[in-house]
Amino acid sequence: MPATEVSARRTRHLRLAVRYAVLIGAAAVVLFPIYITIVDALLTPQQITHRPPTLFPTDPQWNTFVTAFRQGSLGIYLRNSAIVTFAIVALEVTTSVLAAYAFVFLKFPARKVLFFACLATLMVPGEATLIPNYQTINGLGLLNTFPSLILPFVASGIGIFLFRQAFLGFPPELRDAAQLDGCGHLKFLFRIVAPINRSVIAAFALFAFLSAWNQYLWPLVVTQTDSVRTVQIGLRQLSGANFSQFNVVFAGTILAALPIAILLLLFQRQLVAGLTAGAVKG
Amino acid sequence: MSARTLRRLREGALGYLLVLPALGAFGLFVFYPLVKTAYLGFFLAPPTPNLPSHYVGFHQYGQVLGSSEFVSDLGRTAFFVLLTVPTGIVIGLLLANLAHTKVPGIRAFRTIYSSTVATSTAVASVAFLTLLNPQIGVLSYLFGKAGGNGVLANPHWALPAVAMVTVWQNIGFTFILMSAALQSLPQEVLEAAKVDGASGSVRFRQIVLPLLSPILFFAAVIGVIGGFQSFGQIDLLTQGGPNHASLVLIYDIYQQAFQFNNPGYAAVLSIALFGILLVLTFVQFFFFQRRVSYASD
Repeated sequence: MPATEVSARRTRHLRLAVRYAVLIGAAAVVLFPIYITIVDALLTPQQITHRPPTLFPTDPQWNTFVTAFRQGSLGIYLRNSAIVTFAIVALEVTTSVLAAYAFVFLKFPARKVLFFACLATLMVPGEATLIPNYQTINGLGLLNTFPSLILPFVASGIGIFLFRQAFLGFPPELRDAAQLDGCGHLKFLFRIVAPINRSVIAAFALFAFLSAWNQYLWPLVVTQTDSVRTVQIGLRQLSGANFSQFNVVFAGTILAALPIAILLLLFQRQLVAGLTAGAVKG
Repeated sequence: MSARTLRRLREGALGYLLVLPALGAFGLFVFYPLVKTAYLGFFLAPPTPNLPSHYVGFHQYGQVLGSSEFVSDLGRTAFFVLLTVPTGIVIGLLLANLAHTKVPGIRAFRTIYSSTVATSTAVASVAFLTLLNPQIGVLSYLFGKAGGNGVLANPHWALPAVAMVTVWQNIGFTFILMSAALQSLPQEVLEAAKVDGASGSVRFRQIVLPLLSPILFFAAVIGVIGGFQSFGQIDLLTQGGPNHASLVLIYDIYQQAFQFNNPGYAAVLSIALFGILLVLTFVQFFFFQRRVSYASD
């Protein structure tokens, strides 16, 4: 083997080794907070306070997760978050599909103006409507109920925008053909348009799920008791715990992140589409 | 009435029926409250909670927006944005570039780099709250005793610490965004540059970066807007303290409205925040539009 080839191969190996070293180093930095959170969830409170810190659980306390779920009310918080999130996603998808269909396939006066009104909602941040919305919910006697967490998020400007874009790509001849066959609008929507656009709908649903699950400010102001608190606000309650319960706090953070982590592992591909599309709203 | 007019009428009616749920919700929870917020700013909170509030017109707008407190809020918010947005983009771009290769096991690294998208603001903040705890936190142990009571209790370090948590939590999202952008680059151009003998760093600076400028612009815009709206991490980590050191605009709004019972004051701040976000979106859009290069040009 010629000497140049050997040295070329060496350089290649060396480069690969350096790349792996950097990849692993970066991974360690990104994962460090998650790793420590998991480790501390498995330690006893005494071990957590130990200096220097314990970086590996020799006697993992798995039942801390059970404690967090039961006494830390994580079970209730997760249930509440699930109820609220599923309701918001279902409502946002439904209202957006219906509106987008009307904007694309139906003719009615002021159609353009109404569509721009939907787009304009993208420019209004939740903070600009926070106080009157609180007053509205309070006036309706709905404070501290599930509807108070759901009602302001029944519709989504980004959903309408995305679905309209997708529906616009639908060949008009197909619509005409369907109409000739006596297929009414609603049948056409649910049998043909919606199924064909299911990937866009799924991507938006995933984005809507993430934003609803992760909401913080609104649930904070409208919930007052554990019976309706979402998991994000539940974590806030938990974070005030004293030293003897720090392991429960760590376990709680993991339990709160777990559903989303599982969801993301299952739908990695749709996530990219959903996040980049949804990110327009910021 | 002809059959055709009837059909058009029915079509129009169905159209309104289908847009009604969305527009009704927008009317009740977006447009009406937006106007109401502006209107609330005309009312001064009474000295004691049970008295009626007092109409003062634009007086309160002038007072609040001209106050040094408002300027300080803005300054701290801008500082927070400055700490989070460029850092976040650079880290995301570096990681995406690092993972943009075909070595064995790269998928595992990609999953790790995207992993923080699974965390919410509350999850990240509560985790870091304990990690930064001066008595038990592993991070505060590693950093040494910064200021005795930990970084979050230190007026100089509180906001940068909150920014660090924010940057960490956003790594996954920025990484996914930048990776998708890198993968969409025209491979022929990069190959051609490679054949022409351009080194890795030259290719990155002179070809990849200009091609990525639209996505960098996009990341900057949503980063700035997100920065102005960052609430959860402030609420969980510092509550605006110590001594107002991390009192950003949105946290001031929350405290005035829901803790100090001063909705008029908070409404003025909300309208200011709304205006800033609106202007920022437009200004950045027009400013960058002339400088970013689009691959399709």
